[in-house]
Amino acid sequence: MADVPAFTPVNLITGFLGSGKTTLLRRLLDDAALVDTAVLINEFGEIGLDHHLLGRIDETMVLLPSGCLCCTIRGELSAAIRDLHERRERGEVPPFRRLAIESTGLADPFPILSTVQADPVLRHHFRWGNVVTTVDAVNGRAQFERRRESTKQAAVADRLVLTKTDLADAAEIEALIECLRRLNPSAPLVRLAEGPFSADSLLAHDLFAAATRADAARHLFVDAETNDGHGAGVHAFALSLDGVVDWTGFGLWLTMLLNRHGEKVLRVKGMLNVAGSDAPVAVHGVQHLVHPPVHMMGWPDDDRRSRLVFIVDGLEKEAVDRSLRAFLGRA
Amino acid sequence: MCALCGVLGGDGHWTDAAPRPGIFTRNTGPVERRRERMARVAGANRILKAYGLSLADWQGASYVLSTATGKSELVDSLAHLWPLAEKLAGRPCDPLDPGLIERLSREAGDG
Repeated sequence: MADVPAFTPVNLITGFLGSGKTTLLRRLLDDAALVDTAVLINEFGEIGLDHHLLGRIDETMVLLPSGCLCCTIRGELSAAIRDLHERRERGEVPPFRRLAIESTGLADPFPILSTVQADPVLRHHFRWGNVVTTVDAVNGRAQFERRRESTKQAAVADRLVLTKTDLADAAEIEALIECLRRLNPSAPLVRLAEGPFSADSLLAHDLFAAATRADAARHLFVDAETNDGHGAGVHAFALSLDGVVDWTGFGLWLTMLLNRHGEKVLRVKGMLNVAGSDAPVAVHGVQHLVHPPVHMMGWPDDDRRSRLVFIVDGLEKEAVDRSLRAFLGRA
Repeated sequence: MCALCGVLGGDGHWTDAAPRPGIFTRNTGPVERRRERMARVAGANRILKAYGLSLADWQGASYVLSTATGKSELVDSLAHLWPLAEKLAGRPCDPLDPGLIERLSREAGDG
């Protein structure tokens, strides 16, 4: 099994109902770079529409037979991934190097993400890769206003894919992009309808992969500091700290914050100058779940400040900033 | 086994990540692990004092969280510290509470 990575990256492809997840998946699977990708799709309803629309169905695909993924997460999703893993170990399926999961349009991404980390078998063989969220350029803004699921799906994305831009007018697209930049300022945005795109850049360049690339840190916090952190509802803000950060104190603070306010912290991403470490440490969390911290190769430039970007639902930047500084003895 | 979840094999919490390439952890050897646990107990006690609670290391494997009257709970990792602290204290442990922030800031200024 020399070809199989020690931790197989798992990509979640999410997005609201009708936002083009299956179209994206079909485009991705046509890409030669993803020939080693196994796919789990969620069959929603009796028709199994997603299944029939998908161009490529091979023996590495396991259909989840029940309805909503998030309700069956601890059972069927973990069982489906374990089954794939065991079949790969026995040589019954090709040695896939990546796993993509397409969620239902109504699924909350959090329990899907937590399964890989919570399952005692899976967490030794799989790790999370990028979360890719499709957003419908025609209906996206209306869905954000009416359906909280769709806002959460956009907020947790590592990559945002705009679909149906050929059907929406330019003003609507601009307004949607502005809305997305407020919800999730640092996720790169791809327009699906407008020509070729790199499947690799959507799925492969994740935070963990950054540990092996010295320049990766440069791309982590694009535009995040342009937000002022005010406003009700879902919004993003950035905090920065001079000097070195006490890792133990930071761990106590973040675990305490997520215990009490995890539902409101849709996402936290940070690059910390940790006392005793020459290279930055990247932390990355979604609600109550924090990924294992990544030890990066090096700093992207001469700026040694620790930076944290939060995407929150109803928390104030001032309160979070004051709390962090008090816990780290910086008040 | 994780006491709260009933899952075998520990919970692999991010603050105790298993050492492997590319991962930052202080869980790398007995000395480093012990030093981190001592720092964690000291740091936690600075906060827990505000709730009348205290934390102690237990055999280098778990922690014991206690009230002033001796009521105790075994804590597996930081993930479980705060829900159990809220249970023993009988009130929320909120890091955004202005009273707590004021107290920690004052102590940092005094220290």
